[in-house]
Amino acid sequence: MTEAVRLTQAEEIGRPGLPIAAVARLAVLIVLATIVLYPLIATALDGFKSLGELHDNPLGLPRQWDWRNYWEILGGARYWRVLGNSLVIALATVFLTLVVSAMAAFAFAHIKFFGDRYLFAYVQIGLLFPSTAAILPVFIKVRDLGLLDSYWGVILPQVAFALSMAVLLLRNAFKQIPSELFDAALIDGCGYFRFFRHVTLPLSGPILSTVAVIGFVNSWNGYLLPLVMLDSDSRYPWTLGLMAYQGQYSTSWQLVLAFITLTILPAILMFLLAQRYIVAGLTAGAVKG
Amino acid sequence: MSTARYDENPARAGMGAVGALVILLPPALLLFTLFVIWPIGEASWYSLFNWNGLGPVDRFIGLKNYKWAFESAVFQRAIFNNLLVIVVSLVIQLPLALGVALLVAGRAWGSVAFRMIFFLPYVLADIAAGLIWRFMFDGDYGLVAAITHALEMKPVYLLASDPWAFSAILAVVVWKYFGFHMMLYVAGLQGVDKSLLEAAEIDGANAWQKFRHVTLPMLAPMIRLSIFFAVVGSLQLFDFVAALTRGGPFDTTHTMVSFLYYFGVTRMRVGFGSAVGDVLFVVCVAFAWGYRRWVMRDD
Repeated sequence: MTEAVRLTQAEEIGRPGLPIAAVARLAVLIVLATIVLYPLIATALDGFKSLGELHDNPLGLPRQWDWRNYWEILGGARYWRVLGNSLVIALATVFLTLVVSAMAAFAFAHIKFFGDRYLFAYVQIGLLFPSTAAILPVFIKVRDLGLLDSYWGVILPQVAFALSMAVLLLRNAFKQIPSELFDAALIDGCGYFRFFRHVTLPLSGPILSTVAVIGFVNSWNGYLLPLVMLDSDSRYPWTLGLMAYQGQYSTSWQLVLAFITLTILPAILMFLLAQRYIVAGLTAGAVKG
Repeated sequence: MSTARYDENPARAGMGAVGALVILLPPALLLFTLFVIWPIGEASWYSLFNWNGLGPVDRFIGLKNYKWAFESAVFQRAIFNNLLVIVVSLVIQLPLALGVALLVAGRAWGSVAFRMIFFLPYVLADIAAGLIWRFMFDGDYGLVAAITHALEMKPVYLLASDPWAFSAILAVVVWKYFGFHMMLYVAGLQGVDKSLLEAAEIDGANAWQKFRHVTLPMLAPMIRLSIFFAVVGSLQLFDFVAALTRGGPFDTTHTMVSFLYYFGVTRMRVGFGSAVGDVLFVVCVAFAWGYRRWVMRDD
């Protein structure tokens, strides 16, 4: 039996015994990687150019590395303000989503009560349609609650629309905790809340971080909801701030590109530092949901 | 309270359970009802009125909002565009993702690094990716400009000409999202039972036969899942339109959501926008329900 038999099909394409296939594989991957990465690299590089050079030489390295575009943005309040707003909104969204959905998921996982299945199905309705379908009534609701143009006006709807997925993921995970453990704890006089606090939560780190990653990425990258809810640019998250900046400097692409580079930098750094968790979180969330 | 009750039926644990439920469930139910269920019900109600969001909701016009929407050439084009996104996702994006997944699922050189590179755009905000590509497609400064310079052609403004503008949006969709689907397939491929591939090889199957009759069937649940995400994502497309074209030129690049935003929200036509939202709602629910019932029932 040859060695090939023990390789999966996917591995076989790149295996050393087939130099032509391996070279072809690499060539395809390098071309694709270039298409994926080139726009990002060009964006960062073009932030160093002047408008004139951008016109003559949009693709290559800057002939003169002009740091002024970047320094001006980094030295101004605007950049830090929009990132700060995004951070506040995203952290509050993640925190509230975790607390509220973990509580509900615990009830659905461990307590049997009249109508529990129907109530759980009710919470799952949110998986069937996107938040945008009801954006106008949500706007009216937020306005009537007096929350327009406030962080809460963005945070609360974001949490509400994250709940269905979060409750589903958490309930499925909490159910994995052996019921014998739960019974024993109750007999020993451990109440629901102590069990929740001292057994369920510590055992559920991975799934909690999955829910947190999904919630954070969705909130950080969100555009439509804050666009509808917020008026003052002092409260704009970075996505709105970026569009406003582009509208203001639409004739100066080099500035816009520098601003884009600096605003996507946190996401790229986070991805490089925590890629395993982020990939696992975003794909596991999709698969288990 | 006797502990025996817990032994018999720990699930119905008396007053402690009721007390716990009263505290555990209301926050989630309240938020969910207030900002998800109640508004989607209100959308159906508002959609029957001509209402600008101020004053009483009393100008009842029946189904006229729906009639206006479906008679609007812009909305018809928006629905067509949404369908185009779905078709491109299914015919180009997912096969591309699957092909790439086959190349990077194993332990061959560079697989992990390539996976990360292809996944990276998925992590970025649509709005930022859209602006980056708006620059790339710009006729005066970007990639397209460089090509026309090099060929000594007149500048070409892709985002300002009809069939090209939406094609550009489609290209950005594939650029940004194929890595996510690739990652799902990689996860699926790593779960494929290697002994089956070995058995097929012993039986004399070639690479294509092994793919067609072993790998693909094993991967089917993941493919069904990824089709679900592709379609649901396609129906919600908005940020790319906002960043790349704002619906232009001549309102030819709208999607249902961008139509809802530019014709409902910005003009505060609450009734009309709610009708459009309701159409989106019905399409999404019908798809999600039907797909789960008929296509994903075994998964």
